[in-house]
Amino acid sequence: MKVGVLALQGAFGLHERVLNRLGVAAVQVRTPEELAEVDRLVIPGGESTAISKLLEANGLADPLTDRLADGLPVLGTCAGLILLAAEVVDGYPGQRCFGAVDAAVRRNGYGRQSESFSASIEVEGWESAFPGVFIRAPVVESVGAGVEVLAELDGVPVLCRQGSTIVSSFHPELADDDRIHRWFTEQE
Amino acid sequence: MAAESVTGRETGTPLVKRGLAEMLKGGVIMDVVTPEHAKVAEDAGAVAVMALERVPADIRRDGGVARMSDPEMIAGIQEAVTIPVMAKARIGHFVEAQILEALDVDYIDESEVLTPADEAHHIDKWAFTVPFVCGATNLGEALRRISEGACMIRSKGEAGTGNIVEAVRHLRSIIGDIRRITQADSAELFDWAKQLQAPLPLVREVAETGWLPVPMFCAGGISTPADAGLVMQLGAEAVFVGSGIFKSSDPAPRAKAIVEAATNYRDPHILAKVSRGLGDPMPGLEIDGLETRLADRGW
Repeated sequence: MKVGVLALQGAFGLHERVLNRLGVAAVQVRTPEELAEVDRLVIPGGESTAISKLLEANGLADPLTDRLADGLPVLGTCAGLILLAAEVVDGYPGQRCFGAVDAAVRRNGYGRQSESFSASIEVEGWESAFPGVFIRAPVVESVGAGVEVLAELDGVPVLCRQGSTIVSSFHPELADDDRIHRWFTEQE
Repeated sequence: MAAESVTGRETGTPLVKRGLAEMLKGGVIMDVVTPEHAKVAEDAGAVAVMALERVPADIRRDGGVARMSDPEMIAGIQEAVTIPVMAKARIGHFVEAQILEALDVDYIDESEVLTPADEAHHIDKWAFTVPFVCGATNLGEALRRISEGACMIRSKGEAGTGNIVEAVRHLRSIIGDIRRITQADSAELFDWAKQLQAPLPLVREVAETGWLPVPMFCAGGISTPADAGLVMQLGAEAVFVGSGIFKSSDPAPRAKAIVEAATNYRDPHILAKVSRGLGDPMPGLEIDGLETRLADRGW
């Protein structure tokens, strides 16, 4: 299995590090050729506006849409969640939504950096809490019926799954905890 | 100040502060002086903007004391864009930093581009919830800033010159010393700490991990996509572009090209493509002819 990490901008290096720690071969994806070769894809945290513009500039937007339609398993964190959502409530004009998760999100919904925070996240079925780090994080405002909410914080979904797509509004790549990555790489 | 709220949310922790720097990696942070500039930067794909009244080239030309920007101007830029907004405080001017924190900027740059307010002391950056970036010309300086609480280091270069030579010198110095330290044995690390005038625990951490404990970006003199590619290949994790964009003949396409160069820095074919037809870069300055070397500010 070859796991790709979208390496246009953001915390792709941290995702690679977690995957390597799990003994999973991770490759950086910047081109359509590199995307074609991966079996799974991580879309990291970063600036969603920058990443979406770079997806277009590097010719990845259409191939990514096609791969997602074919059921490519994806893990999207923070900016990755924004890109994968069906709707961005306050997106910039022309912002492309890849729609792998039937959710509406609001960018920077938790506020500016002064309001960035860490908090313990209780995930259903997990013995201990996951250390969630939220950096100018998006707020999930609503989810469709097909979306499984795996964790909430103060009543707001923060970790969701739809089919083989997993999204979080926090950054598992910043935590010293591999469970979400392990789960993503081990899921059927 | 790091604080725990009623809901169990911890703000301003070292991880939360460093976290934003991690998210800016591979990106371009652009100096802007108006909301219109800020929009151009955001549209080009900048990951953040640095709000200031004059770009470094103009500060250099005008002379006089350069200070923190007018809060009204910073607020106008915060209104205009959704990406993070940074602003500069003078070295050691902790009250300017308090004001910037009250304005809710996303990062404070304790910057040598402004006129220093204190000739011996930098700001105690641990005392703030908002994260700080500081400049460094060598590894010792970088580690001293980190020990004071900086969550991001940028190699200084020589701001406002459009000349990349100092940025290259500083990056090579910092990264070269990191490489040498990883080869040192445990006894030699004491001497390294002494030579670098840096805290031993940080020197040990660098020896162990082979990198700084915080991200390292590059600033000062970047004016072309090739410059961005050069510093990224040398090891910078993102770039600050000050005068290089808005002092060029056609800022919007140049801004976009530098953004694409920072992502595709290892691909000469893409660098060739994005470098075409960008008009004139900012006029550059020879380092030997400078009256003031901004990089010498800071201790």
